[in-house]
Amino acid sequence: MIRTEELTLNVGPQHPSTHGVFRLIVKIDGEVITEATPVIGYLHRGTEKLAENLNYTQIIPYTDRMDYVSAMTGNYVVCHAVETALGLEIPERAQFLRLIVMELQRIASHMLWWGTYLLDIGALSPFLFAFRDREVILNLFNELCGARLTYNYMRVGGVKWDAPEGWIGKVRDFVKMMKTRLDDYHDLVSGNEIFLARIKGVGAYDAETAISYGLSGVNLRCTGVKWDLRKDQPYCIYDRFDFDVPVGKNGDCLDRYNLRLEEIRQSLRILEQAVEQFPEEGEIMGKAPRIIRPPEGEVYVAIESPRGELGCHLISRGKPEPYRLKFRRPSFVNLQILPKLLVGETMANLVAILGAVDIILGEVDA
Amino acid sequence: MSEENKNHAGVPGSEPEQKANAPENAGEPLAKESIAGEAGKGPAETGAAAPERAQAIAGNDEAALAARRKAAEEARAARAAAAKAAAADGAAAGGGEAPPAPPKEPSPNQPKLDRLVRIITEKFGPSAVVESYINELDRHLPCVVVDPSVWADVAALLRDHEELKLEYLRNMTGVDQETHMEVAYFMLNLAEKQDYCVKVKTDRDNPEIPSVVSVWQTANWNEREIYDLLGIRFTGHPDLRRIMLPDDWVGHPLRKDYVPLDPEV
Amino acid sequence: MDRYMGQALGWGNFAVFALSGIFMLLVSLFFVTYFIYFERKVLGWMQYRVGPNRTGPFGLLQTVADVLKLLIKEDTIPKRADRAMFILAPVIAYVPSFMVLAIIPYGENLYFLDLDAGLLYYVALAGISTIGIVLGGWASNNKYALLGGMRSGAQMISYEIPLIISVTGVVMISGSLNLRTIVAEQGDWFWQWNIVPQILGFLVFLVAAIAELNRTPFDLPEAESELIAGYMTEYSGFRFAFFMLAEYTYLYATAALTTVLFLGGWHPPAPFLDFIPGLVWFFLKFAAVVFFVFWLRATMPRIRSDQLMSLGWKWLLPLSLVNIFITAVVMEILR
Repeated sequence: MIRTEELTLNVGPQHPSTHGVFRLIVKIDGEVITEATPVIGYLHRGTEKLAENLNYTQIIPYTDRMDYVSAMTGNYVVCHAVETALGLEIPERAQFLRLIVMELQRIASHMLWWGTYLLDIGALSPFLFAFRDREVILNLFNELCGARLTYNYMRVGGVKWDAPEGWIGKVRDFVKMMKTRLDDYHDLVSGNEIFLARIKGVGAYDAETAISYGLSGVNLRCTGVKWDLRKDQPYCIYDRFDFDVPVGKNGDCLDRYNLRLEEIRQSLRILEQAVEQFPEEGEIMGKAPRIIRPPEGEVYVAIESPRGELGCHLISRGKPEPYRLKFRRPSFVNLQILPKLLVGETMANLVAILGAVDIILGEVDA
Repeated sequence: MSEENKNHAGVPGSEPEQKANAPENAGEPLAKESIAGEAGKGPAETGAAAPERAQAIAGNDEAALAARRKAAEEARAARAAAAKAAAADGAAAGGGEAPPAPPKEPSPNQPKLDRLVRIITEKFGPSAVVESYINELDRHLPCVVVDPSVWADVAALLRDHEELKLEYLRNMTGVDQETHMEVAYFMLNLAEKQDYCVKVKTDRDNPEIPSVVSVWQTANWNEREIYDLLGIRFTGHPDLRRIMLPDDWVGHPLRKDYVPLDPEV
Repeated sequence: MDRYMGQALGWGNFAVFALSGIFMLLVSLFFVTYFIYFERKVLGWMQYRVGPNRTGPFGLLQTVADVLKLLIKEDTIPKRADRAMFILAPVIAYVPSFMVLAIIPYGENLYFLDLDAGLLYYVALAGISTIGIVLGGWASNNKYALLGGMRSGAQMISYEIPLIISVTGVVMISGSLNLRTIVAEQGDWFWQWNIVPQILGFLVFLVAAIAELNRTPFDLPEAESELIAGYMTEYSGFRFAFFMLAEYTYLYATAALTTVLFLGGWHPPAPFLDFIPGLVWFFLKFAAVVFFVFWLRATMPRIRSDQLMSLGWKWLLPLSLVNIFITAVVMEILR
């Protein structure tokens, strides 16, 4: 008989498709994975400990760097937590700016995901098309707040910079352009036989597993559970806008792919409405105290970031620094299901499944 | 240095300060020079805040540790007393610890809280629920504090009971309150969209809490992270080892008395 | 060439053979250089960017710069690697690809070797390269390389069979394995080229050839995002250049073979266009095939290895057999 051995393969921490410094120890028998153990913590920077010595305005740049692909939602969650604790009123124009910026960020994040996912699957060109569109969004952000990736844009009580002249018009043009582009991308990729064969039926799980593992965002909705924090526990001014929450059926990678592209479409809908209703003038900063001291107590707020439920648990002792600031990071929680999904899969499917979970290592490790 | 601390321990509304450590904290902004939240209560302090950490850097011994903890307890008690006194005087207090003089309206979530307490105490007895309150600051979130010895079973009850069905564990936070350690669990009923918060307290010297991985799978890595950063052991966890830090790290960084091996870090 | 082959071997003849061999080597190297450049440009344009355009005018010297860089790199051999096999593997991969170029006829009288069993020669040599690749993967002492080498070996062996069977139809129509005869038998009008009667064979041949070349969509052995560089992971510098050279020389050979077998070789699409020399037509058809292969790379995602195997065995093999059957039936009817 031929003697076969189980091979222990180390995927990462430096690897082209692990989306960051992430290590996966897989035991394979031929091409089939028998066990997969994720090892994280390579990007742990101690944000939560650092936050205990910083006041709230100083914490905001740190949140940019946690989920660096979706920095605006990181900014927002901290501001929202403090504002809920303080009971602050945010002016209209600031709310609109926040919403527009967060939805643009959602589109940019999903575009990046789409490009890199297809690159992992093997198609080289969509990556460049996705980045071309993302460039438009990053240029918009650049005009607005001076940075392309780590914005430090929101403050407790509002936003820091006002939209320059003509910025809203550019957002409107972008929305129009993106709608046709999205259809183009569906034509190019979504019907491709090879692509469908690669991801259809791969990495499927059901709703109970998803709920038990605490998955959120697209990873939860692909199983059929209609839970989107923008609709179910609305924050900012999302309850004023009309949009759908797409839900999948089978819980496999194809559903997650389609859902993310649908979410881009829904974001474009929200942006269209927001741009129409944008207040002509107004304050961008509410009546926040000069030294921000939330009252003693604790608050937990959660928002829908492109990756899922991003939460912030703030425990304050009435000082300008938080006593304990905990971030509930969606990528960290979503990654837990990976070992379960990978058992019995082939190495080629590993990349497809890992990509569909959509993790950002900065967020996994905080 | 510990002498100084003991002297200042009894001052109401203040925290022990470290004048000796002022040069280390020279760079910190003026905003930090305030005292704990209650404006205009005790004597205004100058000097550095975050005394515990500053003391940690200075490298204290056991006695100072105990002294500090005692000081913190006394400070909290003093703060609460001062808050009550201030509230009685009509000045606004810092938080929802003491009710104002006229009786408050019951919170809209009070019935939900009562139901939760009832369900737990029905099965596990009145000692299972140590405390229960509504967190008004957080949009009237019903909170209960559960006794750690029955926590694993209470968790299973919360998930399976027809009236509660708290299947979705949103968040777990480990906190080092200086007198004790606690873990806060935030659960959600997806159909009713109702959140609940359950806290489990344990003591600081040998913190142990039963693991709820068998109830909610999402607790797995969360508990590992809390173990890693705070040192709370979760009994019954299938694989309790460090997750963020390297396996050979000494200490638990998120604790308030954490002394890094390398003070430059 | 025939003249020299017929005579007894003397120093003069030997010099002619050696020089023409070297000339062919230089031609193939030139083509490989500009294939790589062409590929990067085409990929760039299809991805909404320009390809290389800095080194030399329009970036024409880019590949030269790249090859020079590879040549001056340190020659690292992993400590625990099987040294002799490690050094031998790229050689085994490259030499057959170059040897195959001998039988390709570029024009009516422009050829190196008029071998009566030309096609058989090609098919036999193409199989030897697989050994080189598997050997490279094994000798590297690297799990990723081993996986890549195994995958590649399995892929290449599986796809050789439909490749060979699909050209059997052409052989049946032309009545000979000699490549010159096959081209001569194809008529002067483009509908008389073998692609028309042998359309099924052509499609199977194209798919199988791309799989043999390890190109997208069948490039799982070199899948960058999964196995870093597959069997080539541990190779650096000149040895890596050798593997790349082998791949592109095979591309040259396969494209030339497609032109000869299915697209009429040096024949113009219509007889009145024969004032343009046959070599130019050969080159144009050849370039079209190469462009198509690059186009596929820009557009298609990668097939998974188990789907690849099932495609080869369950689809291409039966289709090529059906092709033979249909050819035989039609030939019998038309006789």
